[in-house]
Amino acid sequence: MFEGYSLAELGSIFAMQGFAGLILFSVFVLMALGLAIIFGQMGVINMAHGEFMILGAYVTYLCSNFISSTAPALFPAYFFIAMALAFLASGALGMLVEWAMIRFLYRRPLDTLLATWGLSLILQQIFRSVFGAREVGVVLPDWLMGSVAVTDTIEVPINGLFVMGLTMTITVVIYAVMFRSRWGQGVRAVMQNRVMAGAVGINTEKVDRYTFGLGCGIAGVAGSAFTMVGSTGPTSGQLYIVDTFLVVVFGGAQSLIGTIASAFTISQAQSTMEFFLSGSTAKVLTLLTVVVILMLRPQGLFVLKVRR
Amino acid sequence: MSSDKINADKLTGGAHSPLRRKLLLGMAALPAIGLLPRGALAQALPTDAVNTTKLAVTDSTVKVGILHSTTGTMAISETGSVQAEKLAIAQINEMGGVLGRKIEVIQEDGASDWPTFAEKARKLLVEDKVAAVFGCWTSASRKAVLPVFEQYNGMLYYPTFYEGLEQSKNVIYTGQEATQQILAGLDWVTKEKGAKTFFLIGSDYIWPRTSNKIARKHIEMHGQKVVGEEYFPLGHTQFNSVINKIKLTKPDVIYASVVGGSNVAFYKQLKAAGIDLNKQTLMTISVTEDEMLGIGGENIAGAYACMKYFQSLKNPNNEKFVAAFKKMWGGESVIGDVTQAGYLGPWLWKLTAEKAKSFDIDKIAAASAGIEFTGAPEGYVRVHENHHLWSKTRVGRARTDGQFDVVFETADLIEPNPFPKGYQ
Repeated sequence: MFEGYSLAELGSIFAMQGFAGLILFSVFVLMALGLAIIFGQMGVINMAHGEFMILGAYVTYLCSNFISSTAPALFPAYFFIAMALAFLASGALGMLVEWAMIRFLYRRPLDTLLATWGLSLILQQIFRSVFGAREVGVVLPDWLMGSVAVTDTIEVPINGLFVMGLTMTITVVIYAVMFRSRWGQGVRAVMQNRVMAGAVGINTEKVDRYTFGLGCGIAGVAGSAFTMVGSTGPTSGQLYIVDTFLVVVFGGAQSLIGTIASAFTISQAQSTMEFFLSGSTAKVLTLLTVVVILMLRPQGLFVLKVRR
Repeated sequence: MSSDKINADKLTGGAHSPLRRKLLLGMAALPAIGLLPRGALAQALPTDAVNTTKLAVTDSTVKVGILHSTTGTMAISETGSVQAEKLAIAQINEMGGVLGRKIEVIQEDGASDWPTFAEKARKLLVEDKVAAVFGCWTSASRKAVLPVFEQYNGMLYYPTFYEGLEQSKNVIYTGQEATQQILAGLDWVTKEKGAKTFFLIGSDYIWPRTSNKIARKHIEMHGQKVVGEEYFPLGHTQFNSVINKIKLTKPDVIYASVVGGSNVAFYKQLKAAGIDLNKQTLMTISVTEDEMLGIGGENIAGAYACMKYFQSLKNPNNEKFVAAFKKMWGGESVIGDVTQAGYLGPWLWKLTAEKAKSFDIDKIAAASAGIEFTGAPEGYVRVHENHHLWSKTRVGRARTDGQFDVVFETADLIEPNPFPKGYQ
């Protein structure tokens, strides 16, 4: 497929392809971080993760409409406000769901799976009733559109760079919260030994609620960011859920580093294969590889030592 | 659930509205039978005579079904079709109904689930004994209900453009089959843009694959070249790699049949990657005004869509249709190709019943060929013997406001050819 191209042309295509892989990596990490916290740290299989993302996307949509009609001067910056609101909205809903539903099901993982799947259907129908069955168009500020021309032939999409930056920021913040703060210590303590953590005075119920809220809040931010690259409709969340679980399970459910490593592996494999093969074949090969690796290493790429 | 009687006043806003006058004027071309007093007509055509197969027909009413998804993934697409069919039925009732009988609608929800479609179709035909069903959207749902319609001898009016390779006594296809949508558009882009190379990209299921097969044959028959053909799973949201491939192969035309949420991702990422659709020719067979809502006009402006109908078509029929549609469903609503095809269903059925002077399914099926509808928003249409419509092919150019400028239409109606020789 490369005959008839100069080296310079091929060089720039490969550079752009490298960026495409990195952007896909950022998207995967952003999708999976929230779930990695909920699934990895709490063991809750949250099938409604995609719907929490779409809630964030709808918040962004409302925010864009509201700001363009009331304060058009703020429009270029509205995306940051929207992301903050998306975090709060999805986080608050997450805490509500934890309080009303999840906390009764901690010892019954399969029931959580069914309950959250039901929740995802309920949320989808609520979105459909409130916002209509059709997809909504989120208008983006001009500076987020288009691409940066690095050289004459290499162009990198700005929204891709934005997602990369956002992912890095959130990852660093999560790392700081989980591994450098007292609260994060509490979360890890509860995960490693719930009874003992309770015995030393950690309010485990509260930790659970905030952890679940944090995971959902990050899902909201991800959903908000994905209005730049994807669609916003009642069932759009379903588009992400499979890839999200794939990344988390492949990485080793209890390890944030594993999530990142697995997102990197899957995204690079998929984006490279998509370039050389066709889209569907690339997906099949990626999934096959993951299945084979999980057969050899059922615990995922990385695993923490946990007392059971 | 939901026996839904259409309120005709909602449409016309009372007897003196200018719209009603326009409607009546517009319908003057139709057989005057519709304007006769209802009682007289029902007496002239007694129920025993127009209904020999125990359909749900009384002296004053006739029941029909609407079978679309109003919940689930497909609700996005099917909502417009439901609205158009209800509008057509309300207008027909306003004119006195069909053979002197008012249409009553029983609406069922297929819930985006193909077995549910089959089950609801059976319910409409066996329990409700409806005289006709307007419905289905995806090919999968049509394939699911087809055996039901053939077994219980029902009549389905199917609105979506589709891949062809099907023909049934029990179905009238009011959308385009693949060759009607594809060939004229490719010829136009070849002539207009001097296109030599094409990159085909689509979602991975039967319709894009069949359509691209036809497109590829046509392209290669004319000595042009397909430089890439790619399919992505439904719901795929990351197109950066394939966009790089497009940049590498530099096709004259990107030929797109990506559907659903993937559509939105594809156009947003094309734009973000710096591909300017005003410079790079892109032709799509899967974006109508409905999809534009989600994609956003600013992301797709400049692309060409190949359809048979655009909301911006300028003709008296369409102006009346758009006004009536907005009056019934709100000024914000948009009308895409399939919505218009949905609107044709009830009208074609009415005209057929009047020609056959009967509601019997066999007589409707036999009388369908040759039915002409002069009031169609897309312009004059005629039913072919193969139960598809003769219709024009048009090319529209996407604008930032979510509408299309019609830049080309075929001079003549294109003959439907669901089993194209040399293209399979």
